[in-house]
Amino acid sequence: MRSPPIPEMATQEVQLNETLAHLKTESDTLKTKLEEERAKLHDVELHQVAEKVEALGQFVMKTRRTLKGHGNKVLCMDWCKDKRRIVSSSQDGKVIVWDAFTTNKEHAVTMPCTWVMACAYAPSGCAVACGGLDNKCSVYPLSLDKNENLAAKKKSVAMHTNYLSACCFTNSDMQILTSSGDGTCALWDVESGQLLQSFHGHAADVLCLDLAPSETANTFVSGGCDKKANVWDMRSGQCIQSFETHESDINSVRYYPSGDAFASGSDDATCRLYDLRADREVAIYSKESIIFGVSSVDFSLSGRLLFGGYNDYTINVWDVLKGTRVSILFGHENRVSTLRVSPDGTAFCTGSWDHTLRIWA
Amino acid sequence: MTINTLAEEGLRREQMACFRKMEKVIVAMQDPDMGMKMRNQRLLITVIPHAMTGQDIITWLIQKYHIYEEEALHLGEMLVRYGYIYPLKEPRCLVLRPDESPYRFQTPYFWTSTRWPASELDYAIYLAKKNIRKQGELMEYEKERYSLLHKRINHTWDFVVMQAREQLRASKQRRKADRIVLECQEQAYWLINRPPPGVQNMLDWGLERPNNLSARIPLNSDYYKSEIETSRRALGRNRVKSSVCLEGAPVPTRLRVERWSFSFMELLTDAMGRREFMTYLEKEFSAENLHFWQACEEIKHGESSKIVEKVEDVYKNFLAPGAARWVNIDSKTMDKTLEGIKRPHRFVLDDAQMHIYFLMKKDSYPRYLKSDLYKNMLAKAVVPQETKKSVFPFMRRQRHSSPSPAQASAQAAEEDGRAGTNSAAGSQL
Repeated sequence: MRSPPIPEMATQEVQLNETLAHLKTESDTLKTKLEEERAKLHDVELHQVAEKVEALGQFVMKTRRTLKGHGNKVLCMDWCKDKRRIVSSSQDGKVIVWDAFTTNKEHAVTMPCTWVMACAYAPSGCAVACGGLDNKCSVYPLSLDKNENLAAKKKSVAMHTNYLSACCFTNSDMQILTSSGDGTCALWDVESGQLLQSFHGHAADVLCLDLAPSETANTFVSGGCDKKANVWDMRSGQCIQSFETHESDINSVRYYPSGDAFASGSDDATCRLYDLRADREVAIYSKESIIFGVSSVDFSLSGRLLFGGYNDYTINVWDVLKGTRVSILFGHENRVSTLRVSPDGTAFCTGSWDHTLRIWA
Repeated sequence: MTINTLAEEGLRREQMACFRKMEKVIVAMQDPDMGMKMRNQRLLITVIPHAMTGQDIITWLIQKYHIYEEEALHLGEMLVRYGYIYPLKEPRCLVLRPDESPYRFQTPYFWTSTRWPASELDYAIYLAKKNIRKQGELMEYEKERYSLLHKRINHTWDFVVMQAREQLRASKQRRKADRIVLECQEQAYWLINRPPPGVQNMLDWGLERPNNLSARIPLNSDYYKSEIETSRRALGRNRVKSSVCLEGAPVPTRLRVERWSFSFMELLTDAMGRREFMTYLEKEFSAENLHFWQACEEIKHGESSKIVEKVEDVYKNFLAPGAARWVNIDSKTMDKTLEGIKRPHRFVLDDAQMHIYFLMKKDSYPRYLKSDLYKNMLAKAVVPQETKKSVFPFMRRQRHSSPSPAQASAQAAEEDGRAGTNSAAGSQL
């Protein structure tokens, strides 16, 4: 309970509030102006341009492998560059490395926390990174000695002040990019654990991130509970572009193969495509019959298809250019929480709250 | 950080959004004009009004959303599992059957979103009612929960029993049909809000996300100053027109490039094909033909008000003696055209355009198709990966393991070590 403010303090507080309101108005005005500028150059819709493009033929995708072994919700997965190994993490704290061809488990680690929401395979294939409610991102070198306890060699790399939502190695095993419930993203040196750069600009939890595909790009995109998708310069830490068209939390972002665009998936049940050169949203992928949020998106190798994992247990496949839904896939018995296309584009993997992972092709 | 599957204050944002959308579907289903046709359903010896069959629900969803049966079944199933529709036969099994099984809409009073959150007290009263109504009617798991509740809220137990008795008395005064309906509705509500063991908890929405967003990051003056800075920088960005960045999108597919060889018209109507052909003509120093043809197209399909101006331009650039991009038309057509230009209209250049069209078609087009420019385009063109399924590794049932990348790197390290020893040994000889 506050005592009535002394008159001078009251004036100061009022002044502060006025300044804050003034700043907020200025910020909102600039954002409106930005949208107007963006709209000026929008002279054609993507699906109009795509009329010339041939329609995709019918193709059938089915579950080819089911990976069973997690004792609780699968929250995240990532492919190894060898196109067959997979790392997955779960609510019960387990992180498992699988050979997706044979469905054999090759490694397993038990984290000291539950809700391991993030995991990533190192580019070399020799380590995995993971984290969650422990607010950290740790790297585990993968040992071939079955008797060796992987947890012994664990290296703590990132430290946030709230849960770790996503992590990703940059182009080598040496650096890791993380996003967190504390509203920030950060770039870390794996060897020393040093913070190299932090990225501030989201107004709430950051839920996802993706690194730009080109080695020269040095940018990444992040999405959060503030409904914003931000594109960042990794060297300067600045936010270069920001998009705020979703109506709810953005759960997943993924770059288009060329790096000139990215897609997002949100709790508002839509996926959207943003072109970085046009600097605006260029497509929305939605259907009236799709009610539940998108948890995870990824592109096919050519970028023609966008796969979305949804909270109603389904996977919807979208024609990126024409904006139409090509296929809907059933199979999981609970939410699809994570989805990644394999490095050679021949299959994609989904993880679900039904405790399993499935490989589709 | 708390892991809260049942929020204390109000539904979470994402839950609310989904419930509201499902409720819209339910309302549409009950629309007097466009909604479902409902009828009386016989349940043993009682007749329940305003019911529909599982197949009715699926058919309505198919028609309303233009989807196929499998998706309609899935969507309908969600509506049942979230408690908006409940089955009359086998009421404990919240499943949508695509047949004559009868279903009914849940009353908004018992929507999960209306009575959020389901309270322990209400659950205790419900179980007490069941217990009082018929001895032994409680299921095993319900008995366990009942005794747990009895311990936990013992201090209000008299109130619980009193409420239960009161509600039972009130329901005895209803018609039998209404009583059965109310019991079904209430049972469906509790099956969702307190699911039996082994049944998926539909209300498990995972880790809680902040409802009050500004709790994470203080929206203070520093935050807004940084936002303003970002917006200012963004305003200064170079932006590209949509038509430019969306068009030149990917490398064309093979099929698209092949189509240009089917007919000259195919080539001309594809913007990318036209661009490629123009590049070729420029090499042959006959690009003025295509420019002329395009200019004629613009007059034919353009604004009436601009016709006079555009015809004037075409004359100056392509038809006048000594024009910069003079086109070679036979004298008869040229005379007729020049005469017609004196009174310009939309189709005044048709004859001339036709002449140039046939010139390109007969002459430049066949040579273009044989050119390196076209052949290279064809070679570069992509066959979408999506169409080459048979080579996908996951389609085969191979079960051989492969060396882990970790193993490869360990071996390499070993070999380095050995090489070091060998050379040391070798150097001694």
